[in-house]
Amino acid sequence: MVNDKRMLVQIKGVKDGLLVTLGEGSWPDLRASLFQHIAEREAFFKGAKLTLDVGNQIIHAADMGSLRDQLSEIGVTLWAVLSNSPTTEQTAQMMGIGTRISTPRPERSIRPLDTNLTNGEPAILVQRTLRSGFKISYQGHVVVLGDVNPGAEIIAGGNVIVWGRLRGVVHAGAEGNEKAVVCALEMEPTQLRIGGQIAVTPKKKGKSQPEMASINNGQVIAEPWNVRER
Amino acid sequence: MATVLTVTSGKGGVGKTTTTANLAVALALGGQKVVCIDGDIGLRNLDVVLGLENRIVYDIVDVVEGRCRLRQAMIRDKRLPELFLIPAAQTRDKSAISPSDMVRVCDELRPEFDWILIDSPAGIERGFRNAIAPADICLVVTNPEVSSVRDADRIVGLIEAEEKGPARLIINRLNINLVKRGDMLTADDILELLAIELLGIVPEDENVIISTNRGQPVALDGQKSRAGQAYQNIARRLRGEKVPFINLEEKNDFFSRLFRFNRSGGA
Repeated sequence: MVNDKRMLVQIKGVKDGLLVTLGEGSWPDLRASLFQHIAEREAFFKGAKLTLDVGNQIIHAADMGSLRDQLSEIGVTLWAVLSNSPTTEQTAQMMGIGTRISTPRPERSIRPLDTNLTNGEPAILVQRTLRSGFKISYQGHVVVLGDVNPGAEIIAGGNVIVWGRLRGVVHAGAEGNEKAVVCALEMEPTQLRIGGQIAVTPKKKGKSQPEMASINNGQVIAEPWNVRER
Repeated sequence: MATVLTVTSGKGGVGKTTTTANLAVALALGGQKVVCIDGDIGLRNLDVVLGLENRIVYDIVDVVEGRCRLRQAMIRDKRLPELFLIPAAQTRDKSAISPSDMVRVCDELRPEFDWILIDSPAGIERGFRNAIAPADICLVVTNPEVSSVRDADRIVGLIEAEEKGPARLIINRLNINLVKRGDMLTADDILELLAIELLGIVPEDENVIISTNRGQPVALDGQKSRAGQAYQNIARRLRGEKVPFINLEEKNDFFSRLFRFNRSGGA
């Protein structure tokens, strides 16, 4: 069985470095097999950027972290992890590991999801606070249940709804849709862009209230969200 | 079994090393067996702040590379026999050790100690990853200023991503007079943004600088200084005690009482 282990791993060169495809098997076996491969051809792997296609494997944060650390010890960079499992993909994104080949390393971005919705437009729901350094880019709408802290970025093809404090940078209608809107419970973005327009929030005083920003006569305008008028 | 506590901040100069040194001293004063590890390889400071610089023979890189046993690199503090330091190497850099080395070293230390304190270097690169790899608890130190809080937010996010969270917060160098004048971020402002548990607030105190230069952490003198008192309270909270936050507003020296008396008399 030991010799068969090597069959679990396929390696080929791609533009971005090395693409390693893992076969079916348990994670400890696959991992051992990967390291066996690397040990056999140490010089070949040294300094390589590795893209790992894990197929349907679900890899947890602790495993991925230790894999990355162990690889970096032998001079191999874990550049990207390709996976069919959204859990694994999210884990990779959270650690700043890419999830696609041939793109600049998408630091903490969420990959567009394939949706089979025929009616309505695609949207993603982000149920967490986006801290500094987090970036979400998505072609559809983005809904955040939590705060968007300064230093975080949201780029959406559609609308952006923040159920919380919006203090980071947000770009709605990023593909040129000037009809996009941005809503937030507390609207204090570092910078707000809709379509091609850019706005900076003036310093506010007093209690803030839910607001919606949109383009009105070529300018970004934020208006209080008044429940009674709607 | 020891708890591994990593002190980190993202931004440099906010007081990670001072916090590590003082918490170690305060925990050791409370009868705990403590070992500190300086994670700042190439820019070591913890030995200076603890006043143990002249006793370094071996360092953590020597341990990891097998030039000495772990015991030989541990420096015992003469003032507190239950306090040890494993210094960083000054002639190497962060890549000299790896996250798994740190985990190994800590696992070897765990059975013998109550606390292992790791002083993280500034930044989010290898040194930071080394420091948080073995952590059970992450302490984020921040100053009440925008840039430091912003970096703390990033660090809290990274700690969450590594599943080492939730981090706990220490606000260092809070200047009460500036807060009163509305010229400094308040603890509430910081907590509103970071949304993590507050472990303690250390007021700005010139004794910290004096004691740091002398290699005598303020916590050694216990209740004499406000900062020393704050560190002791944090150490007690770490041990699970419920300690009320000191009221930093109240200043009960003679002059302020006299001042209040005058005012109320005049009105």
